[in-house]
Amino acid sequence: MTAVTARPTASRRRFNGAGKPWVPYLFVAPFVLLFLVFLVSPIIVAVWNSLFSQQSSGLGFGGTTTAFVGLDNFARALSDQDFLVSFGRVALYGLVQVPVMMFIAATLALLFDSALVRGRRFFQFAAFLPYAVPGVIAALLWGFLYQPSVSPLIQALSSIGVDANLLAPGTVLWSIANVSIWSYTGINMIIMFAALQAIPREIYEAARIDGASDLRIAVGIKLPMIAPAVLLTTLSSIIGTLQLFNEPQVLKNVTANISSDYTPNMAIYAASTLGKDPNLASAMAVILGVATLIVSVIVLRLNNRTTKRASDGL
Amino acid sequence: MASDTLSVTAATTMPDAPEPGAAPRAPKPPKRPRGATTFVNGDRVSRVGMVITTAALLIPTAYFLVPVLWLVVASTKSTGDLFSTPGFAFADFHLWDNLVELSTYDDGIYWRWAFNSVIYSVIGSALTAFVCALTGYALAVYRFRGRNVLIGIVLGSMLIPGTVIAQPTYVLLVNLGLNNTYWGILLPALVFPFGVLLSFIYAQSSVPIELIEAARLDGAGEFRIFAGMGLRLMSTGLVTVLLFAFLGSWNSYLLPLLVLTDQELMPLTVGLTGWSQASITIPGLQVLTVVGSLVSVIPIAIVFLSLQRYWKSGLTAGGVRG
Repeated sequence: MTAVTARPTASRRRFNGAGKPWVPYLFVAPFVLLFLVFLVSPIIVAVWNSLFSQQSSGLGFGGTTTAFVGLDNFARALSDQDFLVSFGRVALYGLVQVPVMMFIAATLALLFDSALVRGRRFFQFAAFLPYAVPGVIAALLWGFLYQPSVSPLIQALSSIGVDANLLAPGTVLWSIANVSIWSYTGINMIIMFAALQAIPREIYEAARIDGASDLRIAVGIKLPMIAPAVLLTTLSSIIGTLQLFNEPQVLKNVTANISSDYTPNMAIYAASTLGKDPNLASAMAVILGVATLIVSVIVLRLNNRTTKRASDGL
Repeated sequence: MASDTLSVTAATTMPDAPEPGAAPRAPKPPKRPRGATTFVNGDRVSRVGMVITTAALLIPTAYFLVPVLWLVVASTKSTGDLFSTPGFAFADFHLWDNLVELSTYDDGIYWRWAFNSVIYSVIGSALTAFVCALTGYALAVYRFRGRNVLIGIVLGSMLIPGTVIAQPTYVLLVNLGLNNTYWGILLPALVFPFGVLLSFIYAQSSVPIELIEAARLDGAGEFRIFAGMGLRLMSTGLVTVLLFAFLGSWNSYLLPLLVLTDQELMPLTVGLTGWSQASITIPGLQVLTVVGSLVSVIPIAIVFLSLQRYWKSGLTAGGVRG
């Protein structure tokens, strides 16, 4: 935290390499090079590959040839019922998982920011611990807790006469959502809490003198003031939802109710490995990338507007 | 998902916050024995409200901790007991046997995976932090043609989600002949725009131009100034970059799953899920997956939680100028 004071650096003169103008380029060269090779060119490769198709000639004896097929792969992907359903699935998932997680994270952050909680360090540690568990391991762990043969949860429920099946076709999506909520509530809570702690306390004094209750202050003042933090954590969670892969892919091992194209990312993985159609997979990846970009832009727009309104209001 | 969560939050306009963990402890009001209210940081707080709130927090706390507790308990059981005894009750203590089995199964492949995870994460994050530091430092200290474009690209590319380009990256790696190699996992991870942004912000605020001028007058070369002074001045920010890069590599799953076919090169995430899948036919692997998960979580949890101070402040500071 040292020296993060606002310094008027922007207006100050900075050197262009002390008479050696190539120096800055030398400094940024590794990043730029890696960026071009491992971020730009995969995108180009994906778009390029999505326009071709492997075609086996004859009865499959003549090997395969690569032919230009235009937008065929995109048409195939978009007419693939399962692929489309997977988008609907993650949309439904996101509509529930993101608000629930944000609600829990914001509530915890507000509680920790209030003077009402004793032993805050311990409670924060507990909420944060799951984030230190890699997502894949978290899914493995919950996978055990979902299986009737080992799960203490299901055993406890059945002892009081409730026959729970956490891996049933209708419930498994929410079991996956639970893994994500468990994993990522803590980090979102920490980010919101840090934003809350940065608000000058005097603002609350004024509200309190006007007779506002703690709840009123939390909802009416604190939340709007951390709106940018809340919305940007929401944005990243929405993007994360579209990318959903690790948790369902791991839980797929313990239930037959998760298909290999359960989410868009799983469909891409399945097409490029199981289906052995890398061209179709590339088209799917491009579609998913574009969808993600559109969602990001929409949320960022909303964010800008809300942030502006919040700052106008003050 | 984790890395995405973080990459975007960097752009929040969070003002500088005091380090949360170090927030002043609520001073106990001196000698106010059994009042209905108490004072915390000057706020009047009802005792009853405090007790109720703290008690209510036990529910989410149980939710967060109980699965980890189950992992610890389950790790001490034999395969038979795992299925036949209640989840949270200790049975015969088999932890040691399980660890021995974990270490010897398949010629100790588990430790090979752990070693790989460490290689990918330690070497990967060190290289990543270095590349980010070089770039961020140059963006902050020099004015050069293309600088603004580069800043724009860094900001924009944070919106490109890692998993979407996993498949195209895999195709590229195959074309480069890097699939099924250490490099295939290490190199793509070096592109870390969020780290560049953090380094840039840190360099801007912590590397005074006067110091660079003084070093120049003493005849030090530009790279020498960076290595000797810049890196040191940016170190707090770089710890944050290092930690997030480390965590990103440690948690990485999709790319290694696509790129690696050789067991000997796999990280723990891919290896353990492989066991979980195989445990359908080999029941003994269930317990090994449990113990293996526990062993893999402990070091990372210790490192991450003990370094909280650094990365929390980094996150907050990262938002200052974002």
